[in-house]
Amino acid sequence: MSERAALELDCTTMPCPMPVIELARHLGEVEVGQLLAVVALDPAAAVDVPAWCRMKGQEYVRAEVTDDGRPRYVVRRLD
Amino acid sequence: MTGPGDLDSASSEPLHPAAREVLLAALDRGYADPRRLHRPGREARLLLDNARDATAQALGVRPDEVTFTPSGTHAVHLGLLGLVRGSRRGDVVVHPAVEHSAVRHAVAWGARAREVGVTGDGRVRGDELTQAAASPEVGVVALQTANHEVGTVQPVGRLALPDDVPLFTDACASMGRLPLPEGWSAAAGSAHKWGGPAGVGVLLVRKRARWRNPFPGDDRVDERSTGFENVPGVLAAAAALQAVVAEREEVGARQHALVDVVRRRVGAEVPDVEVVGDPDHRLPHLVTFSCLYVDGEALVTELDRRGLGIASGSACTASTLTPSHVLEAMGVLTHGNVRLSLHRDTTRADVDAFCDALPGVVAEIRSRVGM
Repeated sequence: MSERAALELDCTTMPCPMPVIELARHLGEVEVGQLLAVVALDPAAAVDVPAWCRMKGQEYVRAEVTDDGRPRYVVRRLD
Repeated sequence: MTGPGDLDSASSEPLHPAAREVLLAALDRGYADPRRLHRPGREARLLLDNARDATAQALGVRPDEVTFTPSGTHAVHLGLLGLVRGSRRGDVVVHPAVEHSAVRHAVAWGARAREVGVTGDGRVRGDELTQAAASPEVGVVALQTANHEVGTVQPVGRLALPDDVPLFTDACASMGRLPLPEGWSAAAGSAHKWGGPAGVGVLLVRKRARWRNPFPGDDRVDERSTGFENVPGVLAAAAALQAVVAEREEVGARQHALVDVVRRRVGAEVPDVEVVGDPDHRLPHLVTFSCLYVDGEALVTELDRRGLGIASGSACTASTLTPSHVLEAMGVLTHGNVRLSLHRDTTRADVDAFCDALPGVVAEIRSRVGM
């Protein structure tokens, strides 16, 4: 069983670049070391979430699929 | 004429001054059927042969290796699929994920694709490519001379491929601007990208290449081409190419330095920006960067309101609503993307005007979403 996210953001219907903006807005709501997840159908999110992590010094953990088949991207807050 | 704020030459370059008079004269002199033996026909044939000779000389190839096509895209389709058809091996085409959509569409239509990865700068992983090319079902390797979105020059001619696997190179982004590399069997170029008229592509097929026409044939002057020859267009394209090659050292050095200014200033003056592509081994006139938290369409629109015309690879600016497959393959930020490309007369003042305007535009768009 993989580690659960402390907070999950539902950005299912949001267009690019809103899922990444939401991620940045809510990063401070999880503790350093905890996971934050964003659910987004926006195809750009698959590239832009890892790119955001690299640019902002956070850890990109994994991409996975929700029980009902939506893409979910998981990030660990490092600072 | 272009305005100083048109910074999208990589989408299309205006007609080179050297081509304008040639085009106007050839519209009157080159209208006839170049296959006819009467005087107007012989005149058109002479102009067509002149265009072929001039193009061959400018590119350093033989005249009988040059075919004019109705577009760069058609030259890509013909060149690549003709090598696939001529292959004694399989119908798999090995290519990096950053090839132009013309290559990807050709492969999807008439071959099987095996994509290989690229580095963060957009350069093909040469070891992956050569390893994939060794497979017996591989007929052709396709590798662009330089990437059309990020400018990175690819190692065409520096890869150890099997002897019976020919290489097709899409040279549309670089033709005229950089010397053609060695090591290809077929190549393609597009005249409107070097300052020739639209509607002219150049297909190059090496004399010894195993190339077979993948499409229905015709009975024209050149056995590789179909349809009535666009004699005025190809003559103007050849005149522009000669001029661009003659001035390439001076223009290329100036553009390379101006792009260095953009790379440096954008990186220093816009927070949370990623300037991508190889900083040195690149096309002289082109640079791409992405701004975090910025909507690409808003960026294009706001810069246009200030008289600054740029292209974008962001998803929201594409008809498909998917991000640029080039940026995706490189793993770099796809939103807030700008591709800026210089014209031959773009000045330092034009570049500075763009760099002066950009930070405020980016800050304003970010403020709309509270960033």
